[in-house]
Amino acid sequence: MNYISAAFGWLANSAEWRGSTGIPTRLAQHLITTGIVVGLALVISLPIGILVGHTHRGSGVVGAVAGAARAIPTLGLLTLFGLMWGIGLKAPILALVILAIPSALAGAYAGIQAIDPAVPDAARAIGMSELRIILQVEIPLGAPVIIGGIRAATLQVVATATLAAYIADNGLGRYLFHGLEAHNYAEMLGGALLVIALALILEVVLAAIQRWVKIRVTNPRSSRRTQLHT
Amino acid sequence: MFRRTMIMAAGLAVFATFSLAACSSNTPSSSGSGSDSKPTLVIGSQAYYSSDIIAEVYAQGLENAGYTVDRQFDIGQREVYLPEIQSGGIDVFPEYTGPLLQYWQPDATVTLDADVYSALQAAVPDGLRVLNEAPATDQDSYVVTQDFANKWGLTTIDDLSKVTDPMTMGANAEAQTRPNGPDGLLKTYGVSVGFTPIQDGGGPLTVKALQDNQIQLAIIYTSDPSIAADNLVTLTDDKGLFLSSHVVPLVSDKVDDTAAGILNKIDALLTPDALIAMNARSVNDQVPASTIAHDWLADNNLN
Amino acid sequence: MKWLRNNWQEIPGLVADHVTLSIPAIVLSVIIAVPIGRLAHKRRLIGGPVLGIASMLYAIPSLPLIIAILVLTGLSARSMWTMTIALTVYGVALLVRTSADAFAAVDKNVHDAAVAMGHSGTSVFWRVDLPLAVPVLVSGIRVMTVSTVSLVTVGALVGQSGLGWLLTNGFQRGIAAEVATGVIATALLAVILDGLVMVAGRLLTPWAARRHRRTKSARVTARPRSALA
Repeated sequence: MNYISAAFGWLANSAEWRGSTGIPTRLAQHLITTGIVVGLALVISLPIGILVGHTHRGSGVVGAVAGAARAIPTLGLLTLFGLMWGIGLKAPILALVILAIPSALAGAYAGIQAIDPAVPDAARAIGMSELRIILQVEIPLGAPVIIGGIRAATLQVVATATLAAYIADNGLGRYLFHGLEAHNYAEMLGGALLVIALALILEVVLAAIQRWVKIRVTNPRSSRRTQLHT
Repeated sequence: MFRRTMIMAAGLAVFATFSLAACSSNTPSSSGSGSDSKPTLVIGSQAYYSSDIIAEVYAQGLENAGYTVDRQFDIGQREVYLPEIQSGGIDVFPEYTGPLLQYWQPDATVTLDADVYSALQAAVPDGLRVLNEAPATDQDSYVVTQDFANKWGLTTIDDLSKVTDPMTMGANAEAQTRPNGPDGLLKTYGVSVGFTPIQDGGGPLTVKALQDNQIQLAIIYTSDPSIAADNLVTLTDDKGLFLSSHVVPLVSDKVDDTAAGILNKIDALLTPDALIAMNARSVNDQVPASTIAHDWLADNNLN
Repeated sequence: MKWLRNNWQEIPGLVADHVTLSIPAIVLSVIIAVPIGRLAHKRRLIGGPVLGIASMLYAIPSLPLIIAILVLTGLSARSMWTMTIALTVYGVALLVRTSADAFAAVDKNVHDAAVAMGHSGTSVFWRVDLPLAVPVLVSGIRVMTVSTVSLVTVGALVGQSGLGWLLTNGFQRGIAAEVATGVIATALLAVILDGLVMVAGRLLTPWAARRHRRTKSARVTARPRSALA
C-alpha cells in the first residue's frame, strides 16, 4: 500500500508534469506511437483479412501465420531489429506492428466469415458486384467483430509500447525502465498506472464505438436506412 | 457419460503430472557432498556476459582444486542477489569494488582505487568478505568516436567544454539521475548534454548510435572490447567522477583458506587486458563462457 | 551461425527452464479462469464487470507487474513463483472471456434436459456443461498457451532463466544469431505446446470430431478473436 500511495504522490508532483520529459509529453509520445503502429497494422491486416473472409480461401494459412506471429516474443523482435537498425523508433514500431497484426487480422476475417452465406448470396443474386458486396454488405455486417479485433490490437500495443523505451527516448516506458534501474518504485508504479489509465480510456472509447456499430447493424430500421443512403 | 468423464480426468491427470514433473526438475542440481570434506560452493553471477565469464573462471578454478560447485548464474541486479548472498544462499560472487561500495554506502565520496577497496572492506556485512581485488577493472567511462575526438581535440572529460555543438549522451536509463550521468557531468565538469536511454549497458546498440552520430558521448565499460575494436576514445576522468571499479570476489564464510587462496591466485593474474581479451572472445568468437574460462585457466597453468 | 555451432548445447537447458515456467502458469490459469468464466456466464450482473476487469489486467505492462508482485508478496525475483503469478494474471485475463463464451455456447436445451433428468448442479457442470464447453475452451487455452510461452521471455529482464536469456545475452554481446535463435526457439516451443493443447482437446471431445466437423472448425478459427476482444 505504501508503494501505491508513493506512486500517487509521484503522479501528483507538479514537477513531473512539466517540460520535454514531463508526463504530458510522454503520454503524447505513447499515444502517437500507438496510433502509428495500429494504423500500419490495419493497413496490412484489414485488406487481407477481409479478402480471406470474403473468399473463404486461405483461412488456414492466415490462421497459421497469425498464430505464429502471436508466438513471437516482442522483446526478441525489438532486440533483433534494434541490432539491425540502431536506436530510435523504427525498430519498436515494426516489432509492435507484428504484435498487432494477429488480433486485427483474426478480427477482420472472423467478422466477414461469420456472416450467414445466404446474405452475400442474396446480394449476388440481385446483381451486386463482388466489390460492392464486400463494401456495402460484408464490411458493415462484420464491422462489430472487425472493430473488436482493432480493440484487442490497440490494447496490446498500448501496454507493450512501453518496450519502445528499451532503445528510444520515447513514451511512458521511460518511467518504467528508469524507475526499475534507479529503484524508484513510485516512479515505476506511477508510470504503470498511466499506461493502465491510457489503455482503459482507449478501451472504453473503442468499446463504445463497437457497441454503436453493433446497434446500427442489428437494428433493422437503421441498417436499411444505411443501405439506402450508400 | 462415465467414459467421457474418465477421459477428461485422465487428461487432467496427465497434464498435472507433466507440470509437477516440470516443477521438480527445476530444483537446482544439488550434486551432493563432494568426495571429501570440502563443502559445495554456490557461485553466482550478474546478468552480464562478462560477469558470467569471471564466475566461470572462479568455478572451474575451484573445481580443478577438487571443490564441488553449484552454478547459479545470471541473477539480475544487486538488489536481487545481494540479499541472497547475505542470507547464505550464495558463497562466491564476482563483484566490482566501486558499485558494490556504493550499494552499501550510497553517500561514499571516495573514488580512487585504494580508498574504494579499503572502504569496501570496512563496509562488507558480517559473514561476508571481499578477497584481493584483481588488476582488471570494469568501470564506467565516457567514450567518443575517434572522429569526434579529432574534430574537437578531446582527450579528457574536461575537454568536452570545448565542444560548441549540442551533445547527447547515451546510456542506460538509470544514468540520467545518477552521478555518472548528465547531472554529474554538469556538476563536476560544467558540461551540459542531452540524454538518450539505450538499455544495452553500453553494448552494440550504444556503439552503433555513437558511430551513426545519434549520440556523441556514451557510457561504456572499460573492459568492453568494442572500445579497441571500433576505434573509440575513452576520455580521461581527471576529477574523479567515476568510482574505481576493480573485479573482486565477494565470498561467504563457507569459502575456506584453500579456496580463498585459489581465488586470490586467479585475481592476481586477471589483468585489464586479460579481461578485455576474454570479453572479446565472447563477442567475436561467440564461444560460451565455460570454454573461455577453461582456455584462460589452461593458458595460465591453473588447470 | 557461428554462435549456433559453438553454443547449441545451452539450448536444451533453456528450453527446459522455459517449459518449467510456462506449464504451471498455463494450468493455474485454466483452473482459475474457467470457474470465473462460468460465474460470469451464469450471473450476468457481475459478469460484465468481471470480464471488464479481466481484460484490463491484460493492459498492465509485464515489467511493473512483476515488480509489483515482488513488492507485494515479498518473493525473490529469482523465485519461479514470481513469474508464475505474473503469467497467471495474464493467462486468466486472456481466458476468462473465452470461458464465459464457452459456457454460453452450450446448447441450453441439452443443459435443461440434464437438469430434468435429475442431475444435481455439480453433476450438470462436470458431466454436461464442462464437456460441451471444451471445444471453445480449448481454443481459448491455445491462445493463452502461446501468449504465455512468449511472455516468459520477459522474465529474463529480472533474471529468470529461459529462452529470454538468449535475447538479453545476445543483445549485450551484439550477436544477432543468438537473439534470432531465442525468437525462433520461443515461437517453435509455443507452436508445439499449442499443438499439444489442440490434440488434448480432440482427445477430450471424441464426439465433436464426428459431428458437424465444418461448423466446429469455423468456430475454432473464429474464437481467438473473442478471446482478445
